[in-house]
Amino acid sequence: MATNWIFQGRCWKFGDNIPTDALTPTHVMFKSPQEMAAFVLETLNPEFPKQVRPGDILVAGRNFGCSSGRALATKALKATGIGAVVAEQFSRTFYRNCLEIGLPLLEATGVHALVNDGDEVRVDIKAATLENLTTGKRLQGAPPSQFLLGMLQAGGLIPLLKSGSFPGSATR
Amino acid sequence: MSQTIAEKILAAKAGLERVKPGQIVDAYPDLVMSHTATWRSVSVMKKIGAKRLYDPNRLAIVLDHISPAKTEKYAADQQTSRNFAREYGIEKFYDVDAGIAHLVLMEHGHVKPGDLIVGTDSHCTIYGALGALGSGIGYTEVASVWVTGKLWMKVPTTIKLTLNGRFAAGVSAKDLMLYLIGTLGADGCGYKSVEFYGSALPQMSVSERMTMANLAMEMGSKCVFIPPDEKTSEWLLPRLKDPASYQPVFADPEAVYEQSIDIDLAKLTPMIACPHQVENTKPVAEVMGTRIDQAFLGSCANGKYEDLVVAADILAGRKIDPRVRLIVTPGSKEIMLEAMRTGVLATLIESGALVTNPGCGACAGDGGTMADGEVSLSTANRNFVGRMGSNKSSIYLSSPATLAASALKGAIADPREFLR
Repeated sequence: MATNWIFQGRCWKFGDNIPTDALTPTHVMFKSPQEMAAFVLETLNPEFPKQVRPGDILVAGRNFGCSSGRALATKALKATGIGAVVAEQFSRTFYRNCLEIGLPLLEATGVHALVNDGDEVRVDIKAATLENLTTGKRLQGAPPSQFLLGMLQAGGLIPLLKSGSFPGSATR
Repeated sequence: MSQTIAEKILAAKAGLERVKPGQIVDAYPDLVMSHTATWRSVSVMKKIGAKRLYDPNRLAIVLDHISPAKTEKYAADQQTSRNFAREYGIEKFYDVDAGIAHLVLMEHGHVKPGDLIVGTDSHCTIYGALGALGSGIGYTEVASVWVTGKLWMKVPTTIKLTLNGRFAAGVSAKDLMLYLIGTLGADGCGYKSVEFYGSALPQMSVSERMTMANLAMEMGSKCVFIPPDEKTSEWLLPRLKDPASYQPVFADPEAVYEQSIDIDLAKLTPMIACPHQVENTKPVAEVMGTRIDQAFLGSCANGKYEDLVVAADILAGRKIDPRVRLIVTPGSKEIMLEAMRTGVLATLIESGALVTNPGCGACAGDGGTMADGEVSLSTANRNFVGRMGSNKSSIYLSSPATLAASALKGAIADPREFLR
């Protein structure tokens, strides 16, 4: 599958330690990802689920996606149309769950201070760069390993499993 | 030789001589736990067209969240999990009567030192209380491990925490962990393994160790280890089907740690996590007098027998404040039975508590839902907005002792005031 590694759109900025409870509150967990998308992060920014557009970029602080390891959180976030998620650091269950569904993500120290909510940003996942088009500032993040890029390229775990090619570690 | 426990276990499960931090390996877990989310993994298996399991003996299924079912949807999902377990001959299947998956699996001898265990729950770190590497994964990955037997794992760096001294009266493992989470931060151990050592450990019970390994998740830990000792074998050996399989894994003396931190337990005081972050911890003294509407004694962090005993010792012969709802949810059937036999349940009920069936209960939003503006004190491990109901309610987290004292006062209280 050809993969688009570059995303450009409005930056939606959130803080530190955003829990999966805020992405998918318990009361919406039995809805479809499309239905859940209407509730994603609404407690922190009610405009987000209403106004997010396909390809927009979510930028967060440290420990994004902490709390429950619920895989629904990434599914619901993907269903909002968000193109990529960039954070100072992700919680490990959230990180895994993003790869599992092929939602592009990037860790970049200093990203939180580099952007304001509403800025126009461009992210290159493969090159691990984030460019703030509004301010002209640019940042280099931690390049993901070939292995993890491969998982994103495949579109996540299910396509890989369907094709019988479970990701092998030796490729790192 | 200079390997940490995580490095040794991941190397062994990946069939490698040795591994180094940062390396990604294909590891074969000994056990894959799935709880109430099992039906989702079943549907993933259907989606990918897989029919065969890598090894049915490596699956463990426990229906612990929202149990028994409270809507037809939950009932149908549980039925899917149940039918799957029957169809595939899953022997380690535990239905809605059993309790919280983590506690049930340890009580039934399905967790042993050196094991690699993954599951659909972030608090899988708790298995480190017995020296096993436990880590949470999503339900799609669970289906993947069911079918392929393996998953990718990144070898973590390790932080060494050394505990010396003894807890003062009224202070416990929960206070220690809240202190650590507050000090190191919610991501203080992000992606990292944690190993506990120190002269305080031999005195700490397996129950306390479970609290520690469970709460360590809230500082981001990937996995946690309390190296097995006499307390571990005493607790675990009678529960193992094959006692010869008890083979502890220890770190090498020259193992490399990213960071070493020493803590004097004697200096700790009762701690509390304030709304709406677990890392927002304070000494209880700073929030004393805050009114509470509900107190929840339960969860995989503090719903164990010893936790119920601590609360019962404080509540015995006393009545809770009439404005407080005290909900007690024993962690497992075994715990509930023991508390029944020893009279602990009677003590709790006589003091004004409501006792529910074993399971995750209010911690997972099953009962005990909070209304707008209400305040809950809980012995669980999370206090994020909306976790226990209304987005306009707030949750404080504490030890069982602080919880019991606060239920008596109707407001957050220092347990040391009520010790006998």
